[in-house]
This record gives sequence, structure tokens and C-alpha cells, in this order.
Amino acid sequence: MRADLEIIQKWIKPGSRVLDLGCGDGSLLAFLRDNKGTIGLGLEIDNNKIDACLNKGIDVIQQDMNKGLGNFETHSFDTVLLTQTLQAMHYPDLLVEEMLRIGKNCIVTFPNFGNWKSRAHIAFKGRMPVSDFMPYQWYDTPNIHFCTVRDFDDFCLAKNIDVITRTVVDNKHRDSAIIRAFPNLLSEIAIYHFARGQQGGQ
Amino acid sequence: MPEFLPEDSVGIVTPQCFHFDEPLILRSGKVIKSYDLMVETYGELNADKSNAILICPALSGDHHAAGYHSMTDKKPGWWDVCIGPGKPIDTNHFFVVSLNNLGGCAGSTGPGSINPDTGTWYGPDFPVVTVRDWVNSQARLADRLGVYQWAAVIGGSLGGMQVMRWSISYPERVRHAIMLAVAPKLSAQNIAFNEVARQSITGDPDFHAGRYLDYGTIPKKGLMLARMVGHITYLSDSAMREKFGKATQEIKEASLNLGRDLRAGKLSFGFDVDFQVESYLHYQGERFSETFDANSYLLMTKALDYFDPSVDYDGDLSKAFAKSDCRFLLVSYSTDWRFPPERTQEIVTALLKAGKQVSYLDIEADEGHDAFLLPVPRYMQAMTTYLNRVKQEVAC
Repeated sequence: MRADLEIIQKWIKPGSRVLDLGCGDGSLLAFLRDNKGTIGLGLEIDNNKIDACLNKGIDVIQQDMNKGLGNFETHSFDTVLLTQTLQAMHYPDLLVEEMLRIGKNCIVTFPNFGNWKSRAHIAFKGRMPVSDFMPYQWYDTPNIHFCTVRDFDDFCLAKNIDVITRTVVDNKHRDSAIIRAFPNLLSEIAIYHFARGQQGGQ
Repeated sequence: MPEFLPEDSVGIVTPQCFHFDEPLILRSGKVIKSYDLMVETYGELNADKSNAILICPALSGDHHAAGYHSMTDKKPGWWDVCIGPGKPIDTNHFFVVSLNNLGGCAGSTGPGSINPDTGTWYGPDFPVVTVRDWVNSQARLADRLGVYQWAAVIGGSLGGMQVMRWSISYPERVRHAIMLAVAPKLSAQNIAFNEVARQSITGDPDFHAGRYLDYGTIPKKGLMLARMVGHITYLSDSAMREKFGKATQEIKEASLNLGRDLRAGKLSFGFDVDFQVESYLHYQGERFSETFDANSYLLMTKALDYFDPSVDYDGDLSKAFAKSDCRFLLVSYSTDWRFPPERTQEIVTALLKAGKQVSYLDIEADEGHDAFLLPVPRYMQAMTTYLNRVKQEVAC
């Protein structure tokens, strides 16, 4: 099982309705369907990934999230997922608001730019970080809105978002006591489960 | 003429005529006492009758969707690119049913048939049939074929509207509803084009209030004009530029030509045909007027105009889908300006609101509305992938 799925699936209620924004090849939704009996729907723009979803029997809508999610009803899904995509959005704040409107609870994962490697890259090389994990140059990267764990905590506080669980892991989605002790410095991927008010139902 | 039949062709096919004696009550309240439906089938129905696919025809489509009637046929059926062994609608696995709808002119009961009440042909007296009436007649055809539930009902344009109606009227009889290049109802602009087409026909002196056969004639010119107008809406601006725009001595790049190829190489400074696009439309209109019936054309355009399943649900399409129990696949095409992607997305939004299981693809295609009839690779790929899943589900 993919390590991130292992973490995320604990937060998904059996038989619930799940919307996966930027669902890729649909493997997360297929996993949740097969193991949790969820009814899933993916949003994706890439043709080949859409074909991979159809091949798995995963429903997928070809739609650009940057143009809004107005076609989805309020609270029409139990959980709305956004994995490793937040940093590529034009308006991450508006998207999170839309996720909170559409879903009763939300899960977001993003690369933590506060990780010591990123800091060291800038501090010692004086250049934007390029790694195997994020192999883009500054001018061609789809990742236009990087943030750190601390930034996202501040964001949730400012936007009155209730963080149900925050999990911080390395780039292989491994958890450790040392990462938990220094999340903003050591984690490479942050995974947030959040809701607003009583909607989380947790 | 096919010199030999391609391996992925369903081959030589023979239409069958099904007669129905049970009266069909139409949406208008009128009744067709008995009727015939012309049908073609491809592939074999499996033992538990779970592998049947219904093809709903578009405006000018008839029962001849795939294969050839004889070795002298110039062209195969209208959707041969999609139906056949190894094609997206794979006849090695599925039993495919295609028909000519009521009111048509390819063998099913229509304006050209004899009205049992009068002993003469119906002509303009053939009742206006709606998409709902067609779907009711198709359900009877399904009964006759022993098919309770279709593995999939598939159609584009007006055919897609029949698919939508199936999912609403017969929710338990459809597993998958596949709608291509479709809109939830016509817009004023769509209706306006249809009205121009109808006026072209009814204004032709040879129309004789629809009783032209009594006069041994047909409103050829009117039908031709109607088809020319329709055809313009089926193509995109880019498709026309591509089709009629070659590089010439004067115009070095095809992209600069804008589709203004000249028919005779120079301007005539008269009012005859100067450009290739004109001559193409004349040809298309003429060919159509030789094979299609004018009264049928009027009926088809009315069925389009009247289609609006939300009408019984306070105008809220999502409520119309409340009982639908199938999975949906919708496809739109980027340059379709008859039913642009936004119109198809209206249906997707209604389905999401109704909490239905739906997939939607917006295909980049230059061919306009006609793209759903053409082998656009990504569209063919998606159909193949989707129907492969259907195949696994019904284990055929």
C-alpha cells in the first residue's frame, strides 16, 4: 500500500462519498472503494490520467480546479481530498474555502517548504531547491504557492479552520518521533485533516 | 465499394423489420395504432441477455449504423468507426442494436407510410413524435428482443437526448448511459436554426403543404437548403478553414487562406459558386435531399425543439434524474458550437447535484459537432476504456 494512503484511509469513513481533487490515475479512490466501500469521484485535467481512472472504473470529471468548483453542491461529499496539489493552485485559499463548502471534512497534503533541505539549499547555494522529489526549475515549476507547516498552521488559524489531525512525515511518508518534535524543520510532507465548526463529525 | 471487407467490420448486414400492434400513446395525446421499426443488430446476445447495447440515432442517422448492405455499397453505416469487432463498441463482446426511429424515412413507420385510417400515406398528418415517444417505442423493441436491461445506451446529439430520456423514464433498464455532444435542451439559437430549416422546406413550392408525393414531386430545393444550414452548424470554423484552405501560388501558407479555396481558381464576378465551401454545401444538401424525406426532417427538428426533460420537474434537471440508477459518461468536443462543452457540463452539474455517478470528458477536437461521429483518437480511446469496464461488469 502507498504510505500516504495508509495514513489517509484511517480518516475516511466506510461507505462515505469522497471527492479527490487532482485525482491522478485514480489509485487513491480505487483503494478507498476496494477497502472502505466509498463512492468516489475524481477531478483531473490530464488525458492519460483520466483514461487510467476510467480503466479502474473510477468516475472522473475533466475540470480545471483553477476555474472554480461552483458546479458542486454544498456538503455534497463527506470528504474532499487534495494530495500534493495545493502548491500548484492559482488561489489556494479560495480552493480550501471551496473544499470546506463541498465536503464535511477535508484532507490536504503538501510538500513542506520549511524542511531543512530546502532551507539549506537556499542558504548555502543561494538557489531555489531542485530535488528528485521536486525536479523543476523556478521558471517551469507547476508549484507556484509553496508553504511551510508553520504557514499552513497560521492559515488555518486565520481562516477559522479546525485541524482535526496533523501528520508530518518524510518523503516516503514515514513518521518518526524526531519529525513530530520538529515538524517544520524535518518533515517533507504535511498531511492535514480539517473541517470547520461541527461539520467534521469526528 | 469495399473490394474486401475490413477485418474490423461487422461485414454484410441485413436490416430486420419489427411490427408492433399495441397502440403507442404519444406525448401529444395522439395515438399510433400500429407501427414498424427497422432494426439492425450486430454481435450475439449472450445467454443471460446482459450484453446488449442500444445505439440511439441522431437527426439523420438510421438503423444502418455499421457494416455494409452489399459489396456494392460506397460507404459503411454511419457509425462504423465505433462499432465492429475490436472497435470501441466491440461486437465480439456486445450485442448491438440500432434502429430507425418512428417518423423516420428509412423503413420505420413515418410520414411516407400508409395511414391505416385513410388508406393513403400519412404525409403531414403523421403525428409529431417526441424523444419520449421514441424511447417508449425503443423499450418495446427491447422487450421484443428479450433484453430487460441494456448494458449501455449510447447516442450523440439527438441520440444523446434519447439516452438521457432512457435514464429518466426507465432507470432500472439502463446500466450505463453514454451521451456524446449533447445538451439538456435546445437554446433559442438552436431553435432558430431549426426554424430556418423548416421554413426552407415549407416555403418550397414543391412542398404542397406536405402532400408532395400526391403531386409526384419532392421539395428538393427546400430540403437542400435545410441541410445546408444544418451542416454549417455541425462543422466548426476551424474545420472549415482546414477543409477548404490550401496553400496556393499566391497564398504561401495554408493557415493564411482561412478556408477560401476557389472552385475554379479565380473569382467569377457573378453570383455563381466561387468558393469550394459553397460547392461542398451544395453537394451535401443535394445528396441529402435525394435520400431524406422532407416531412421526416420537419418531425426530427420538432423532436429536438421540444426536448426538455426538466419540464416535468420545475425546470430543475437534477430532479429529473432523481430515480436514475445507471452510471453516466458524457463527452463534449471543444469546437462544437451547436452543443458547446458548457451545454454538456450543464447536464454533468445536474447529475452531480442529483448525487449520480458520472464521468465527463472534454475532448480537444477540431471537427465541431460532427466530432462524435469521427475517429478522434482520444475520444475513441476513452470509449474503448470505458466500454472495457462495462464488458467486465456484465462478463461478456
